[in-house]
Amino acid sequence: MAAPAASAIDLSRALVLAPPPVADWLVILPVAWCLLSGAVLLMLRKDVRLQPPLAIAALSVLLLLDALLLWRVVEGGPVTMVMGRWLPPFGIAFTVDLAGALFALFSAIVALAGGLYAAESIDASGRRYGFYPFLLLLMAGVSGAFLTGDIFNLYVWFEVLLISSFGLLVLGSEPKQIDGAIKYAFLNLVATTLFLIAVGYLYGLFGTLNMADIAVKAAERRPGLPLMTLAVLFVLAFGMKAAAFPVNFWLPASYHTPRIVVSALFAGLLTKVGIYALIRVMVMLFPVEGDALSFLIAVAAAATMIFGALGAIGQSDTRRLLGYLVISGIGVMLAGVAVGGPGGIGGALFYALHSMVVMTALYMATGIAGRLCGVFDLNRAGGLYGRAAFFSALSLVLFLSVSGMPPFSGFWPKVMVAKAAIDIGAWWLAATVLATGFLTMIAVGRVWALAYWRPEKTASEPAPRASAMLSLSALVALTVAIGLYPDPLLQQIQAAASLLAEPSAYVNSVFPQGAR
Amino acid sequence: MNTVIFRTLAPFLTALMLLFSVFVLLRGHNEPGGGFIGGLIAASALAIYGIARGIRPVREALWFHPMTIAAFGLLLACIAGLVSMLAAVPFMTGLWIYPSLFGVEVPLSTVMLFDFGVYLVVVGAVTSIALALEREDI
Repeated sequence: MAAPAASAIDLSRALVLAPPPVADWLVILPVAWCLLSGAVLLMLRKDVRLQPPLAIAALSVLLLLDALLLWRVVEGGPVTMVMGRWLPPFGIAFTVDLAGALFALFSAIVALAGGLYAAESIDASGRRYGFYPFLLLLMAGVSGAFLTGDIFNLYVWFEVLLISSFGLLVLGSEPKQIDGAIKYAFLNLVATTLFLIAVGYLYGLFGTLNMADIAVKAAERRPGLPLMTLAVLFVLAFGMKAAAFPVNFWLPASYHTPRIVVSALFAGLLTKVGIYALIRVMVMLFPVEGDALSFLIAVAAAATMIFGALGAIGQSDTRRLLGYLVISGIGVMLAGVAVGGPGGIGGALFYALHSMVVMTALYMATGIAGRLCGVFDLNRAGGLYGRAAFFSALSLVLFLSVSGMPPFSGFWPKVMVAKAAIDIGAWWLAATVLATGFLTMIAVGRVWALAYWRPEKTASEPAPRASAMLSLSALVALTVAIGLYPDPLLQQIQAAASLLAEPSAYVNSVFPQGAR
Repeated sequence: MNTVIFRTLAPFLTALMLLFSVFVLLRGHNEPGGGFIGGLIAASALAIYGIARGIRPVREALWFHPMTIAAFGLLLACIAGLVSMLAAVPFMTGLWIYPSLFGVEVPLSTVMLFDFGVYLVVVGAVTSIALALEREDI
C-alpha cells in the first residue's frame, strides 16, 4: 500500500514492461465481455422483455470479437497476454493459437444461434430464472477454456461452464430435470476432480502450470518422470467430459431433460470442450504418451462410435436419439486423436467444429419438429413433410450432414480421419468410421421416415417460430457452405493441427526471448 | 431461537458484523482478510437478522435482490480488470491512484475495486442461498 518508491529494482525480470498491442486484447476480451454482459443481464433479470435483445446483441459482439481474434491469429500467429503483467510462467497466460481461435469462433456462432432460438422459446419465467445470464456465463467458461494457456486456469473455466450448465439444466425445475441434473452433476464432478488431481500431480512434477512451459519441460525431462500416469488420468478425465465410451452414460441420462435450446447448446459446446482439452493435452503437452496410448484411445473411439450409433437406432424419443448421436460423433473425434498426425488431428478438429454446428442445429430441428407434432415420440409423430416442406428440407440436410454424406460439412472430416487411419494401417478404425456413418444414416433415416414422411396422425399444431427457423437456417447454411467450399477452413485446420503437433510458435509467443 | 433477547439484540449484532466485514475487507489488502471472508461475515450478519426477524425484513433492508448485488459485484470485478486497458498494461494489472482527502493521502487501486467486487459477489450469492434455505423452513 506504500507509495511507489523509486528504487533500483529491475522490474523487467518480473514484469512485462512493454505495453501490449491493442490487438492482443482480443485474447482476453471474449471472456471479459461475457462476464461483463452476463453480470449486466443478471442485474436486469426482472426485465424479461429487455433480456433477449440485449443478450443477442452481446452474443453478436462476442462473435465479432472471436472473428477478429481468429483473423489476428491467422495473420500473426499465436497471441499471448499475461494477466497482471507478471512474466510467464508465474503470471496466468492466455495464449491463443489457431485451434483455440477456431473453437472459440464456432462456439460463439453456436451460442448466438442458441440465443436467437431462445428468444421465443424461453418464456418469461425461464428468463426471470436467468436463462440469458447463464448462457453468457456459460460462454465465459467455454471461451476461457479455449483461450487460456494455463492448465489450472483451464480447470477453472471448466468449473465455470459446469456451474452455468447446472443452472441451465434445471431451468424449469421439473422432477425429471432434477433427476437428469443430479446424474450429470455427479459424474461431471468426478471428472473434474480427476482433472484436478492430474493437475496437482503435474504441478508437483514440473513446478509450473503454464502449458507452453510444460510442453518444453516435458520434452526435456521426459525420461524418469511418471508422465504415463498423468496422461492416463487426463485421458480418463477428458474422456468423461467428452462422453467417450465407457464413461459416457451421463450424457443420455441428462441431455433429453432440459429445454431443447439448452440441449442444443450443450450438444454443441460442452463435449467439444472436453475434446479440445484432450487434444491440447495429449497432442501438445504429452505427444509421446499420446502415441503410446493411441491404441487404447482407438479402441475407446471405435466403441464410442458403434455404441453411440446403435443407441441412436434403439431410441424412439428423438431427443434421446440425438444424445446418442453426440456420443457417436465424439467417437469419430477420438479416432482422429488416436490416429494422430496432421490428417488425424486435423480430422478431429474439423469434425469437432462440424459437430458443434450440426448437433446444435439438429436439436433445434427436433425442437421445431416436436412443437409441430406435439410429441417427441417417433411412434406418434408424423406428417412433417406435408406440413412444413422447407423445414423438412433443412432437416434432411442436417440428417445427411450428421451421417457424413457429401456435399455437407460432415463428409470432409470423416474422409480425413478415415484416410489418416488407412495411411497408418488401422483399416479397422477406418472401417468403423464408415460403418458408423452407415448406422447413423439408419438412425436418422428412421426419424425421417417416421416423423417426416409418414402421413399425419396428430392434429395440426402452430407454425414454427420465426426466430427458431432463422437460427436453424443460418446453421444449415453454414454446414452447406463448409461442405461445398471447405478449402479456407481446411487450410486453417491443417495449420492448426501442425501447430499443435509442433508448438514452437506457441511457446515463442509465451516466451518471446526464450528465457525462462 | 425466537426469544425476546435474540430478537432485540439481532439488529445491533447485524450492524456490528456488517461494520466488521467492511473492516476485514479493507484490511485484507496487506493482512489476513479480504473480499471473500468479508463477504462471508456480511452474509452471516444478514442471516442472523433473517433468523431473528424473518426473511421479509432482510429483503426490505437490502433494497436490492441479493442476486443483483452479486451481479453488480461481478461487474465491478470485470471493470477493475478492464481499467488496465486504458493504462496500456495487460489485463488485471494493479493500478494505483493517491488522491488526498482532507489532507490524508488515500491509496486507491483497481485491486481494491476487484476485492470489493468479490465482497459483493459473496454477500449476494451467500445471502441468496441463505434466504432461500430459510424460506423452506417456514
